[in-house]
Amino acid sequence: MLGTMLGVGSFVAVLGLTASAGGQIDKRFTEIAATEVTVADIGVVGAADKAMSFPGDASDRVEAINGVVHAGRWWQVPLEDPTVSSALGLDSDSGDIQILAMDPSTIDATRPVLGLGRTFDAFHVGRHEKVALLGSVAAANLGITRLDGNPAVFIDGTPFTVLGIVDSNARMPELLFGVVIPAETALDLYGPPTEQRAGMLIETRVGAASVVADQVPLALRPNAPDLFQVTAAPEPKALQTKVGGDLDVLFLALASISLVIGAIGIANTTLVAVLERTHEIGLRRSLGAQPRHIAVQFLSESTVLGLLGGMIGAAVGIVVVVIAAVVQGWTPLLQTWAVAPAPAVGALIGLLAGAYPALRAARIEPVEALRR
Amino acid sequence: MDPVITLDDVGLTYPGPPPVRALYGVELEVQRGEYVGVVGPSGSGKSTFLNVVGLLDRPTHGTYLLDGVDVSTISERDRTALRGQRIGFVFQAFHLMPYRNAVENVALATLYAGVRRKARLAAARDALDRVGLAHRAHALTNMLSGGERQRVAIARAILHRPSLLLCDEPTGNLDSDNAAAVLTLLDQLHRDGMTIMVITHDSTVAARAERLVTIRDGALC
Repeated sequence: MLGTMLGVGSFVAVLGLTASAGGQIDKRFTEIAATEVTVADIGVVGAADKAMSFPGDASDRVEAINGVVHAGRWWQVPLEDPTVSSALGLDSDSGDIQILAMDPSTIDATRPVLGLGRTFDAFHVGRHEKVALLGSVAAANLGITRLDGNPAVFIDGTPFTVLGIVDSNARMPELLFGVVIPAETALDLYGPPTEQRAGMLIETRVGAASVVADQVPLALRPNAPDLFQVTAAPEPKALQTKVGGDLDVLFLALASISLVIGAIGIANTTLVAVLERTHEIGLRRSLGAQPRHIAVQFLSESTVLGLLGGMIGAAVGIVVVVIAAVVQGWTPLLQTWAVAPAPAVGALIGLLAGAYPALRAARIEPVEALRR
Repeated sequence: MDPVITLDDVGLTYPGPPPVRALYGVELEVQRGEYVGVVGPSGSGKSTFLNVVGLLDRPTHGTYLLDGVDVSTISERDRTALRGQRIGFVFQAFHLMPYRNAVENVALATLYAGVRRKARLAAARDALDRVGLAHRAHALTNMLSGGERQRVAIARAILHRPSLLLCDEPTGNLDSDNAAAVLTLLDQLHRDGMTIMVITHDSTVAARAERLVTIRDGALC
């Protein structure tokens, strides 16, 4: 019974956890997708315009739109082969480290998780401070693991005090490989972006993205809204469906393996029972039981064991899913098609797994069984 | 004359290799109501004889009539059915179901005859009463003494009123008091008309039979 219980239990639990995790993934997809708007500075087509189209107060203008949570500019600082090091004169390989300029609101919009320190704010921006925020990968490459000694990074020899290290973020994974400095500081030191033009990242409230996207160009430059291309991230429905489908197949396979293991468990248990109950089989045969009676008896027993195992397994599986979901803060989702017929599936497994042992039992000669 | 068992030149040879002649040339007739003891030393062929008479094994030659039916030629299925209907077994090791009570163990005897559960249990209670164990009907068999267990086994063996009660060392696992009680019970069943065949190497048990046959090296003598 334990075998079926584990098999059916893990089947229900795995499918339930998949559904719950899948629901959570859906939720995350939806949440991230429905709250993100990006703005690209496309400049004037054909013009050799190297200036930035975003006004200095772009963040304030966009954040004034109803539904916007955070909005800020960002760009790659126009430096050719910059050297970045954690100590003056130390020639560090900075090939993989990007230098990004951002408004404080841009960083907020990426939903950063800080490992150490803090981000820069309006104070640093207003004073054009030379401060920096490091992505966790860049920090590791530069050998910066602590902030208590006020470490600095040197960009082409210019020191920037490291304020914080970002461990992860929801919207710009490239940030983890970069050194982020305040936009105003970057404009002062290195001028506006050239090859790669600036962009803006906007976080909106859920459902507001498309409405916000319509208003952003006019809010930024009422006289020249065409300088911007606004994209409300499309619903990643296809990706979502594909990922969900892949997970379903994966976990269904895992659950099926659990069931097969459960079936082997039942078969083994029943076979052991047959061997242990040889005397009983001999007695029943001596009392007039035909081989089919013995086979039906063992088949019935393994089927009932499977049924009970299925019922208990389903209950245990449900409890596991609920507990796991509560612990993770997810919404528990249970597959009705997996839970409802679980007892029947258990019984079927019991029936199939009991077939061979039952056949063995039926073939035992009474004289042999009584002699053992 | 009403023979229950007629054995005519019955023998059993195990094919081997090498072939083993376990029983040969057995000629025996047991009349209804007779109490026969089969004695012989260890390895003489007593168990093989019991298996053949009890339809647990099929003779390789000769003719065996049980209640006039030639069981040497019938199908295995019919032999099994006949065994269930006409023979009651009492084993040295009792062979009771340990997690069932006495009445359920006794009722097992007619399970495969298609008797309904209620009727089986009622008949089982009567059989237990007959062996003096009515008061232990609902005790689990692993809570009973050895003598009580063997009496439960006898009640199971006589439940369906078999033509032959076949006992294999019925007192082999019992102390002398319990052995005496079981032998007294067999005497009583014999007086009631039961045909009994006891296979034993115990002279005390053999002495209760009204006729003794001796088996040695696979042959009756």
